[in-house]
Amino acid sequence: MPDLLSGRQLRRWLPWLLIVVAALVLPVLLPPFRLNLLGRFLSLGIVALGIDLIWGYTGMLSLGQGIFFALGGYALGMYLQLASLQPGELPEFFSLYGVKSLPAFWQPFNSPLFTFFAIWVIPALVAGLLGYLVFRNRIKGVYFSILTQAALLVFFNFFNGQQKLINGTNGLKTDTARIFGELVGSDAMQRNLFWLTLVLVIGAWFLCRWLSSGRFGDALVAIRDDEPRLRFTGYNPTAYKTVVFAVAGALAGISGALYTVQSGIVSPQYMAVPFSIEMVIWVAVGGRGTLIGAVLGAVLINYAKSLVSEQLPETWLFIQGGLFLLVVTALPDGLMGWWRQGGPARLIAMVGWPPKAATYPSLDLDPEVQAEQRRFDDGSHGGAA
Amino acid sequence: MRKTSLRLLCGATALATSLSLVACGGGDKASGNFDGEVKVGILHSRSGTMAISENTVAEAELMAIDEINAKGGVKIGGKKLKIVPVEEDGASDWPTFAEKAKKLIDQDQVSVVFGGWTSASRKAMLPVFEAKDHFLFYPIQYEGQECSKNIFYSGAAPNQQAEPAVDWLLKNKGKDFFLVGSDYVYPRTANTIMKEQLKANGGKVVGEDYLPLGNTEVAPIIAKIKQALPKGGVIVNTLNGDSNVAFFKQMKAAGITPANGYSIMSFSIAEEEIAAIGPEYLEGTYAAWNFFQSLDTPASKEFTKNFKAKYGDKRVTNDPAEAAYMMVYLWAAAAEKAGSVDDNKVREALVGVSFDAPEGKVTVQTNHHVEKRVLIGEVQKDGMFKILEDKGFVKPVAWNQYVPETKGYTCDWTQKRPDAGKYKM
Amino acid sequence: MDLLYDTLFNGLAIGSVLVLAALGLAVVFGLMGVINMAHGELMMLGAYTTFVVQNIFKAVLPEALFPVYILVAIPLAFLVSGLVGLLLEKTVIRRLYGRPLETLLATWGVSLILQQFVRSVSSAFAIGLVLAVAGGLLIPRFTPKRWWHQRWTPLLGTGSWVLSGLIGIVVASLLGEQRTLDQPWFSARNIDVTAPTWLRGSIDVGAVNMPAARLFIIALTALALVAVSWFLQKSVWGIRIRAVTQNRPMSACLGIPTQTVDALTFLIGSGLAGVAGVAVTLLGSVGPNLGGNYIVDCFMVVVLGGVGKLAGTVLAALGIGVLSYIVGSGSLLLVWPAMPEALNGLISFFATTSMAKVLVFALIVVFLQIRPAGLFPQKGRMVEA
Repeated sequence: MPDLLSGRQLRRWLPWLLIVVAALVLPVLLPPFRLNLLGRFLSLGIVALGIDLIWGYTGMLSLGQGIFFALGGYALGMYLQLASLQPGELPEFFSLYGVKSLPAFWQPFNSPLFTFFAIWVIPALVAGLLGYLVFRNRIKGVYFSILTQAALLVFFNFFNGQQKLINGTNGLKTDTARIFGELVGSDAMQRNLFWLTLVLVIGAWFLCRWLSSGRFGDALVAIRDDEPRLRFTGYNPTAYKTVVFAVAGALAGISGALYTVQSGIVSPQYMAVPFSIEMVIWVAVGGRGTLIGAVLGAVLINYAKSLVSEQLPETWLFIQGGLFLLVVTALPDGLMGWWRQGGPARLIAMVGWPPKAATYPSLDLDPEVQAEQRRFDDGSHGGAA
Repeated sequence: MRKTSLRLLCGATALATSLSLVACGGGDKASGNFDGEVKVGILHSRSGTMAISENTVAEAELMAIDEINAKGGVKIGGKKLKIVPVEEDGASDWPTFAEKAKKLIDQDQVSVVFGGWTSASRKAMLPVFEAKDHFLFYPIQYEGQECSKNIFYSGAAPNQQAEPAVDWLLKNKGKDFFLVGSDYVYPRTANTIMKEQLKANGGKVVGEDYLPLGNTEVAPIIAKIKQALPKGGVIVNTLNGDSNVAFFKQMKAAGITPANGYSIMSFSIAEEEIAAIGPEYLEGTYAAWNFFQSLDTPASKEFTKNFKAKYGDKRVTNDPAEAAYMMVYLWAAAAEKAGSVDDNKVREALVGVSFDAPEGKVTVQTNHHVEKRVLIGEVQKDGMFKILEDKGFVKPVAWNQYVPETKGYTCDWTQKRPDAGKYKM
Repeated sequence: MDLLYDTLFNGLAIGSVLVLAALGLAVVFGLMGVINMAHGELMMLGAYTTFVVQNIFKAVLPEALFPVYILVAIPLAFLVSGLVGLLLEKTVIRRLYGRPLETLLATWGVSLILQQFVRSVSSAFAIGLVLAVAGGLLIPRFTPKRWWHQRWTPLLGTGSWVLSGLIGIVVASLLGEQRTLDQPWFSARNIDVTAPTWLRGSIDVGAVNMPAARLFIIALTALALVAVSWFLQKSVWGIRIRAVTQNRPMSACLGIPTQTVDALTFLIGSGLAGVAGVAVTLLGSVGPNLGGNYIVDCFMVVVLGGVGKLAGTVLAALGIGVLSYIVGSGSLLLVWPAMPEALNGLISFFATTSMAKVLVFALIVVFLQIRPAGLFPQKGRMVEA
């Protein structure tokens, strides 16, 4: 297999190789706290995959994924609240507000089976409904983004204001609950959750990969590139958009549930406006429409954030703001896009280590020819909006 | 085209890095001869909405640490240990508080964590400290109804702030109360307590409303106040943060002022907030705290003088800063008493420790709260408080005795019973 | 009847703030299809300008002049925010035309940077920043010409920026040792902007109490509306702006300098944000987070109003104002005390400020089901319309 080491193959396999090695090595090397962080950030990769699906492939920028993320988290959080109680007891916070009996919508969360489905079905249903109402009217582009943000704010205010139903601002804590007799916050449990997250991230990746290839994926890309044309060809974009938005919602729910058990708390803060916008930037930095880039972006940026805020908390906003500008102006295809289009080789070539040229080196590496080449590249990538 | 865009990108990066490095300043002065070090965590929001208030608290803690170090550090078994603060940023985000608490405990292995401001941040950290059986020192006045083995509360419990204030209002200002608060747990719970208290003492709640945190449109609330209290009455304000500014500016404009017969009592407005809102808007309103900068005792003056010398002449001290300052000293005293910085031993030694705090001599009680001085003040033109009433030192009550659900319960961590945190008296 | 007037006045008062805040956003969105997420931060800059003007008046000018400081602050705030907006347009937004979603993200990044900027800026910081920018711009001019025809030429720009950035950092941190230079100008704290005495009182008209500050804002809003519509309807550049709004390619063909038109529009929109910033200092807190408190409401106004006419913005803002006042103050309960129990319960459930927000947003989403493009959609024959 001599091909395996050629530039093109290397470009494709190297990220994967690195990921597999990292996934196997890191759990051994990292102390529990850092591993827990990695697990949490990996679980954020799942919501990022969903965003990649709806934004990178379908061209819909949702600024409200926090809704579905938090719904998944709340579903699991409610179950864990109830699971650690004796029969007849109420979660402790209810007594603060004088609530005497369990609100009716809490009842089903006594059942683990119901919770298992609720984590992803409820967010998917909410997303599907919201999506249908919006897409049906052909609301798209910036309008769609703003509407999702408004919806996010509605949910945020509602969850924040309803102390008597779901403990308002404080949210629900999960660390002191037990699953299978093991404390959720314990190191052993957190380690298991890390593996579970890893498995689910890979599963989510395969799902997105499957959805984004084949006819369905083609339809999504067609919606992104020219929706009216697709409609005139006889397809119904609304159905496609609703389905893919619901899938992204379900992924966000799963992500939220995993994030919740690994953070020890679910609170309305998960529905804060900036958090949902941050999710988008993970995908943008990692690379839109690359799937794996979304996961990488989520992990890298959050790790960076965590490290920066340990050293220089005031500067994180500068760096984050800079990232937003950087990605949209200079790296529109994100890190993975840059990698796949041979960015590193170009960089190396610039500092004087010319790559193997396909034609005459003197011609191929002439700065002016390269400038032309780049202009040509830019032109061909400018189409996607 | 390409060249410019690349340049822009580089510019942005360079800018971001340059700004970032500039923003960090300071540095620590290593000096003196110590026999060792003890790490403590400081966990407050240094960025985001709450940074406004929490910076002062963190500064007071750092000042106490510097003072203790200057006097030779914590003395344990003949050894002098230097206190080394590990600072973390809670970023005004409750889940981040939980994450950073985990980091301080697991990664930095600190002996104790000083931190938190909002109740939500405390509630987020609580399970972490309980699961890891570690110790948090929390400096802010809060809503009570909690008594954790793993938390030490140096701020006021409701019976050291809200309840005496309501008693005072009932006696001096009127029976009709309107309650306004931010929409989160402290105002909600504090108002639940006040409602029960008013019911028991012949007062009346004529209305209540909550603003989302950060909301600045208060016209609907003003309309409700005018309907409920057309001729004046008592308004109890538990708003937090930005909303206060909007509230007082618009109240003044609408004529709901002390001059027109409205007595306004705030629980979250201290000297620092007055400076940010503008004393013009607050003059004549009341506040209840355990410490005012204007408190006329040598210890208080000393504290304010040192704080200004360290952080600038324009700065003011306030109750949360004082409570934060004092809890560092209380921790150090407890560690010296225990002869160890191990949190379990410190926890046992802590009960009964006292310290000459700026507000007076404070003593730690068996329920991990502090006996505190209760003061009622009125805002003056210069942004300081005139102390109207000094109710002396009041013992803390964790489980509220007005609220039926917790009536008759108490908390005593010197008891060896499993339910020492909450049991029937 | 009093209740009706009261409601109308208060609705007008709330709505006029929204009109003023959203006006600039609507103008920009209408012309360029760009949602400027940094609009709130431009408002914040206006508010900080007011603060500076106030302090200058307090410190330097005779006390008798103090009451008029706010009148001086209005044009200055327009200028400051407008110029920052212009800079933003020239450096970032210009590159992103036709990519509204990327613009959304980039301007969000700008908003983060501006927020942290006012928190962190100190004399040392400002000097370092100026040095870094000047260096980045000037260093390339003083490099040998032949450096510009090398393989690594694209890295040259990077290099000079990195170099000047480092110089800026070093200088700033050296200067930062000086306590006087290290003091932040504004810091993260809220700052105190005190309204002059004549804006602190109130006037009673019949049974309706009208705070002077509210009347001032209503007057200012009316003035701004008249000025903007005069400008758009009568002035040469206004007509050009409308032409570009209606049909950009055709306008360009007819010789209208569309780039200048864009820059001008952005300047005006941003300047209006500055004016709104002055107005909100009369009502609420002034701090780095000021923008975030208003921005989502502004989006709602724009989305609800549609982009066709200014009247849409006005109508939408007033509608939202009146509605949130009616719901939030629970006036319905007073008008109809004998309403059925269930309805009463429902209304009091929403009669808190936070729940009123939830309801108003939900109603907007419902309204968009009937009129997806807002009250006054842009008319055209495009298939998208």
